[in-house]
Amino acid sequence: MEYFLDEEQKTIKSLARRIAEERIMPVRAELDEKEEFPWEIMKELAGADMFRVFIPEEYEGLGARCLDLCLVVEELSRACGGIAICYAATALGCLPVVHHGSEEQKQKYLPDVAAGKRLTAFALTESTAGSDAGNMRTTASPEKGYYVLNGTKQFITNGGEAEIYTVIAMTDPAKGSRGASAFVVEKGTPGFSFGKKEKKMGIRSSATRELIFRDCRVPEENLIGKEGQGFIITVRTLDRSRPGVAAQAVGIAQGALEAAVNYARQRIQFGHPISSLQAVQHMLANMAIELEAARAMVYAVARTIDSGARNFAEEAAMAKVFAADMAMKVTTDAVQIFGGVGYMCDYPIEKMMRDAKITQIYEGTNQVLRNEIALQVLKRKALRE
Amino acid sequence: MNVVVCIKQVPETPRIEIDPQTGALIKAEGKMIINPFDMYALEEGIRLKERYEGKVTAITMGAPEAEEALREAIALGVDEAILLSDPVFDGSDTLATSYILAKALQKLGQPDIVICGRQTMDGDTGQVAPQIAEWLGIPFVSYVSKIEEIKEGRMTVQRMIDEGHQVIEMPLPGVINVVKEINVPRLPSLRGLMQSKKVQIATWTAQDLDVDMSKVGMAGSPTHVTMVFFPERVKQGGLLQGSPESQVEQLVEKLQKII
Repeated sequence: MEYFLDEEQKTIKSLARRIAEERIMPVRAELDEKEEFPWEIMKELAGADMFRVFIPEEYEGLGARCLDLCLVVEELSRACGGIAICYAATALGCLPVVHHGSEEQKQKYLPDVAAGKRLTAFALTESTAGSDAGNMRTTASPEKGYYVLNGTKQFITNGGEAEIYTVIAMTDPAKGSRGASAFVVEKGTPGFSFGKKEKKMGIRSSATRELIFRDCRVPEENLIGKEGQGFIITVRTLDRSRPGVAAQAVGIAQGALEAAVNYARQRIQFGHPISSLQAVQHMLANMAIELEAARAMVYAVARTIDSGARNFAEEAAMAKVFAADMAMKVTTDAVQIFGGVGYMCDYPIEKMMRDAKITQIYEGTNQVLRNEIALQVLKRKALRE
Repeated sequence: MNVVVCIKQVPETPRIEIDPQTGALIKAEGKMIINPFDMYALEEGIRLKERYEGKVTAITMGAPEAEEALREAIALGVDEAILLSDPVFDGSDTLATSYILAKALQKLGQPDIVICGRQTMDGDTGQVAPQIAEWLGIPFVSYVSKIEEIKEGRMTVQRMIDEGHQVIEMPLPGVINVVKEINVPRLPSLRGLMQSKKVQIATWTAQDLDVDMSKVGMAGSPTHVTMVFFPERVKQGGLLQGSPESQVEQLVEKLQKII
């Protein structure tokens, strides 16, 4: 389908595809198996200016358009959803600074991120605070020009590998969600350490670690926005990042569909390629239909955001939910078309299915996002009455 | 540090049509690319600039379409690109080509280092780089697999030979050609790609280069292709019969005849 990308977007898409095919495809299986962080690929992406894509031009970036980022994430995910998320998590980690940070914070951090010199991470989740983010226990107590952080963040993508962390902590636990604040915490700050690296089902080349804060003193100029704005910053950040997760899902599914088509044309059973069987053809058709629908939705939401719209939370959530469910279904069907060999680790297809699963879980489970969407749908009707 | 990389645009596919009379390339199917060995030369030139600061320039001689190869070089990180193009250059062999390139290098003001790929994928001669050095009267080292150090006007390089590596120190300015073991060429950057679409590429003609017209084009090319043909493939395999002992005897006999 013609999505009317402009020249710059076509350039971004084709270069991202080249990196994915020439640099990522040859190493994806090994990095997945060894659970090894893709530093070499991150360097390639930095050299190719890919980290500039999500940074505004004033800070050495290329414009920070949501659709541009989605194109990169989609193309990288087509080769490897795990490597793609190491890149996309850096976009997520610096979103709070891009949209809510002070001029000083932007000047200090964004040019390094744009150059790919420092990765970032976003730290919200805790063992008691997943979908129920308000139940977080990490605190930040003001103390003479500093905030003292205590607590443990869990399942943080890029944890340990990133240099810059945006951390949400309670500055006033009594106020509940209005008592949370957002901070920039740099790796190496005394009192800030990392816990165990998680072993995962999919996206295994990405790093997922605990962040541990023990009387970690963070200078007060590292507060993003104002005290008490932590939750609204979180909500707005995730609204903006969800199209990226949706793009990851679209990319993974695209990779799976292409692999399934190739395999179906090659695999001979009963004297014919299995692609001549209507049962297989209809599976491929359904995969292609849902994939294209998801892509159209993701691009439409990304363009809505890029137009400067203010209300896109619901549509961003819809795109994420739809694309993630689609990716899970498409990759599952792709494994089915591969049959026995699809279940074996020698082929990339089982990895795609493992990688797809996370897109239904992180940045808001598909269930909690459905709650949000339903609330909006019902509220609109109620307001009309 | 002033580095110049000489590149050539070649057809990507080996499916080419050759004029049986002149032996010249008529047309090639598919797209044109930078000669793969030249990608290593470009990468090394850009790395030298990053390591020692200075400027890296790409030059190519060819038809106006060769400008595309220079745009690609700019996308990779080359600072400037110059196209040497003039109908009178048509039909130049390696001697005439190296003369034209040498004149361009002189016009550029004698760079410190000139880098070429070890050979082109189409002509396959590997003659242009050493000939450039001869025209300029400066040293040349072939098959460079590593640039170790540049210090006080001298460059230490590793050179690949059959038995291993030679370490050679050469005075600068000089010309080298490089092998693929020297580096892993980078991919272009987004900024580079965007810049490469806008940048003006200078074209230098025979007049700009002040060349001796008897040394360029067909007139300046002593090489004459007498015949171009595809080697005939003859199957000469045979199966030895008999007991293992007699087969060995037959084999030894055959081998002795060849030797």
